[in-house]
Amino acid sequence: MEKNMKKYFPIFLLPTLVSFVIVFFIPFVMGIYLSFTRFTTVENATWVGIENYIKAFTQDENFLNALWFTIKFTIVSVITINICAFLLALLLTRALKGTAFFRTVFFMPNLIGGIVLGYIWNLLINSILGIFGYDITYSADYGFWGLVFLLNWQLIGYMMVIYIASLQNIPSELNEAARIDGATPFSILRHITIPMVMPAVTICLFLTITNSFKLFDQNLALTGGAPARETSMLALDIFNTFYGRIGWQGVGQAKAVVFFIIVALISFIQLKITSRKEVEN
Amino acid sequence: MKQRTKIFNGFSFSLLLLLSALFLFPIYLVIINSFKSKFNIVGTPFEFPNEDTFVGIENYINGIQSSGIVGAFFRTLFVTVASVLAIVIFTSMTAWYITRVKSKFNKIVYYLFLFSMIVPFQMVMFTMTSVCINLGLNNVIGIIPVYLGFGSGLSVFMFSGFVKSLPKEIEEAAMIDGCSPLKTFFMVVFPMLKPTAITVAILNAMWIWNDFLLPYLLLGSTDKTLSVAIQLTMQGAYGSIDWGGFMAMLVLAIIPIIAFYLVCQKYIIKGVIDGAVKG
Repeated sequence: MEKNMKKYFPIFLLPTLVSFVIVFFIPFVMGIYLSFTRFTTVENATWVGIENYIKAFTQDENFLNALWFTIKFTIVSVITINICAFLLALLLTRALKGTAFFRTVFFMPNLIGGIVLGYIWNLLINSILGIFGYDITYSADYGFWGLVFLLNWQLIGYMMVIYIASLQNIPSELNEAARIDGATPFSILRHITIPMVMPAVTICLFLTITNSFKLFDQNLALTGGAPARETSMLALDIFNTFYGRIGWQGVGQAKAVVFFIIVALISFIQLKITSRKEVEN
Repeated sequence: MKQRTKIFNGFSFSLLLLLSALFLFPIYLVIINSFKSKFNIVGTPFEFPNEDTFVGIENYINGIQSSGIVGAFFRTLFVTVASVLAIVIFTSMTAWYITRVKSKFNKIVYYLFLFSMIVPFQMVMFTMTSVCINLGLNNVIGIIPVYLGFGSGLSVFMFSGFVKSLPKEIEEAAMIDGCSPLKTFFMVVFPMLKPTAITVAILNAMWIWNDFLLPYLLLGSTDKTLSVAIQLTMQGAYGSIDWGGFMAMLVLAIIPIIAFYLVCQKYIIKGVIDGAVKG
């Protein structure tokens, strides 16, 4: 069968592979190379060694500021989103009226695109701050919390459905047995529910970490980095370095490589944790 | 005990109701403001439109005329449908091929696809744009293979996972009976892949429909998609924005997604859970 199939290699493999090589593989390799050069277009690169990396960390305070802002934002969002989503999932797996309706409502923001989401929240936050005579560009704190609320609104429903699916997989005999043995609702939660949903917790933690860390559209639409560049997250800062500063493309590419390494490390840790869990099971 | 449960349930229900209202409030705010005259949005955003402020569908007419949003809508629809079809067909073929034909090359290809999933878009943003413009892929047709390339990582991964669980014997029987690999794939294998195909289609459709940066870089303002049209309206206005028309644009951008969601909710939620668990 394999021999027979191999003749069909061009039909089965080439369309996907050629597209993949053109839009991902070649640009990726070029990107690594260009991060060590000075260039304005991909054709006029001159080798400068690690100068771009040094520049990114020393001559451009925006990058470190964006890195710090992104880390702070990720920590706060990951905690708030997962706690809210888990509590909602607990409530919605009880036999209450209207759970289907509530699930529909909470999940809905997840489908709206980042740009549209950003402008919806731009209207809402500026309307509220407008009462006091401010707007979102007045202080970086407003932008920070605005982004936190926005991402909570977008991702709570998403994480909630994952937690619900996981909670529904807990065999009901387990809870019943514990109840008959006289366990309190709190100790059931602590000793049965939470250990049983740990795989979902891992998934949701990493989904929220990567989604917060790579945030771009929402950041661009909600604050655009204002005031000054104070609310620019990493992705937006890289974009601005590429397209906003002539002669800094090399630094932009170096920042992008650093960004890639951080994201790759996060994914690698996730892979290690999940595969260890699978071995244990 | 019973009494306490009842009170707790009543309390939970009210809490959920309040939270739903909070969740819907941002959308409600955009909708009411899309019916107010542009001068009344900035001053009194929370007020329901009244006799003085209500302008009917005027904002919608202005928004549609000035932003080219109708064209953007159909362009986005075309790009999304065509790219999703290309992704589902080609990546399922690829996944089947590299799972069934064991070779070193195929293994490397598979791991490259996996690897691409962890690379953030900014890493290849600049170089990809210049490669694609040089190859003439910066138009609504050319962007389809671009989406195929970027969508292939997750899609090949999900299809491969499913192909591994399929028994080989059915395919072998089909080929012994004289089916070509192509016929075997489309008549025998692809129908079995249907659940995964739906998941892959939904995940990619949500991404491509809402995508901003890729169409912004490749299609720009000449062939704007919905997200690009909205961003450019705001970006180009420099403070003198027609808020009424802009609100109407936001509403027009949200309605199709919500309608689609309400119709296909079951598949969307299932697709998102499957994608999260495997991705």
